[in-house]
Amino acid sequence: MSTGTTKLDVVVSDVVPVNELVTRFHFRRRDGELLPTFSGGAHVVVEMRDGDRTRLNPYSLMGSPLDTREYAISVRRDDVGRGGSLFMHRQVKPGLEMVISYPVNLFSLDLRAKKHLMLAGGIGITPFMAQTAQLAGVGGNFELHYTCRTASLGTYADVLRERYGNRVRLYHDDREERIDLDRLLSSQPLGTHLYVCGPAGMINWVRDRAAALGWPPETVHFEHFAAPQPGAPFDVTLAVSGKTIHVGEQQSLLEAMEAAGVDPPYLCRGGVCGQCETNVISHDGKFIHSDHWLSEEDHRAGCKIMPCVSRFEGRSLVLER
Amino acid sequence: MAVKTIISRPIYGTLSPQPGKHHLFIADAEGALAIIDMAGKAPSGFFDGAEIDFIPGPEGKHIAALEALEPAQLHLPPSFASLLPRLRQTLTNAHMGLRIYLAGTEGLIGQAMQVALEAGIDHTSMQTEHRGSLARRMQCVHCKGITENVTTQPALCSHCGLLLLVRDHYSRRLAAFQGVCINAEDRSEIPPMEEAFP
Repeated sequence: MSTGTTKLDVVVSDVVPVNELVTRFHFRRRDGELLPTFSGGAHVVVEMRDGDRTRLNPYSLMGSPLDTREYAISVRRDDVGRGGSLFMHRQVKPGLEMVISYPVNLFSLDLRAKKHLMLAGGIGITPFMAQTAQLAGVGGNFELHYTCRTASLGTYADVLRERYGNRVRLYHDDREERIDLDRLLSSQPLGTHLYVCGPAGMINWVRDRAAALGWPPETVHFEHFAAPQPGAPFDVTLAVSGKTIHVGEQQSLLEAMEAAGVDPPYLCRGGVCGQCETNVISHDGKFIHSDHWLSEEDHRAGCKIMPCVSRFEGRSLVLER
Repeated sequence: MAVKTIISRPIYGTLSPQPGKHHLFIADAEGALAIIDMAGKAPSGFFDGAEIDFIPGPEGKHIAALEALEPAQLHLPPSFASLLPRLRQTLTNAHMGLRIYLAGTEGLIGQAMQVALEAGIDHTSMQTEHRGSLARRMQCVHCKGITENVTTQPALCSHCGLLLLVRDHYSRRLAAFQGVCINAEDRSEIPPMEEAFP
């Protein structure tokens, strides 16, 4: 059993289309008990059994942490991804029995903060649904700035505006509305913490500006699950288990190891938590690193790989697994 | 130079200019020299957005050298207690982008950090540099009284009079090292008092 991946047997209690791209799924425990407590920003890994193929994708819990009768996730349909979101949208119906991991939080609130400034882009809104509910329950001081493409794709924008009024500010790309980021960051009271979740470009932009404007790194929190990208198939030798495996075009290296009966630890499956970090024994070729965990130096040195999101192109690769 | 003996014992670095919109320096006595040394590495115009609160101490040195840095504000309180209301006011009105630099004695660094922590700044977000005396601010764990400028080991609690072992165990919340009775079993046993924190 992998670290932190104790499983929960659940049943899909509801499936709610939210807009043309996003559908929400509700889970309850099959035994009728309460689900484990979680905090805003936590995610679960959902096991998707699709014929002979099993995908494991992380999704942020978006319900209120004050209510553990059920968990809710929102899944944005990605028509060109590896098929996890399409499976959720097409195959998952109320009553389906599924398996999910215990919640893990890699994007938690720092409750020492005097104020929480949240920046969301697109489907990156989901962890903030839980965090705002958590803070509102204890009278916490927060402000949410949410950028979406159009009003109809502003998932939960209406809910958030209704719940929190002026504490939520919306920006619509199609109306040319843009966050005045420098002004926003420069006008926050001392003791504010910053949270950003959205596309990689947005996260990098916000982190760069915050650093330049004097926000200490301890006050800047971000979450970006890099979904594993498809790529050319490759072969890998696992030295410890004495196996040679083939990584398919639509498969991640981690998934290929698991399919071969090797069980590396994991938590996020998105290149951020560091659990599945694997040492490279030898290689002849080039790495395609997609994680946010290893340092640039590690990436250059080619001594480690994050098998959940990163790939390899070349003649041979031997890993310490 | 402070040595990491146990995990709570603070260690200090060397001041270095941080990115930011405003810079607040709090220093006492020889802490001024840390600011002056750092100024050599600072980009031009750095002190245009800086306030220096400097407690000169009895010798009153280094004031002219700090003036020469031409900070936006230079304030010279006679003691930390007299600086406190101004410091609290500054932090209450400040915005993110204010960076904090603490230099001088451990007592000064610790007490200024305590106020900044209350304002919501993480201790790892502050620049610190120890200069000058090693004298400690000590809390008696028995009567909870604070004794300032402890230089001996053991030391007398200025409140309850117990003879205390001055530990490396430090509280950021109290800005004080912990003093524990050194002869609780037999009060007639009095170990020699040595100058340990000159």
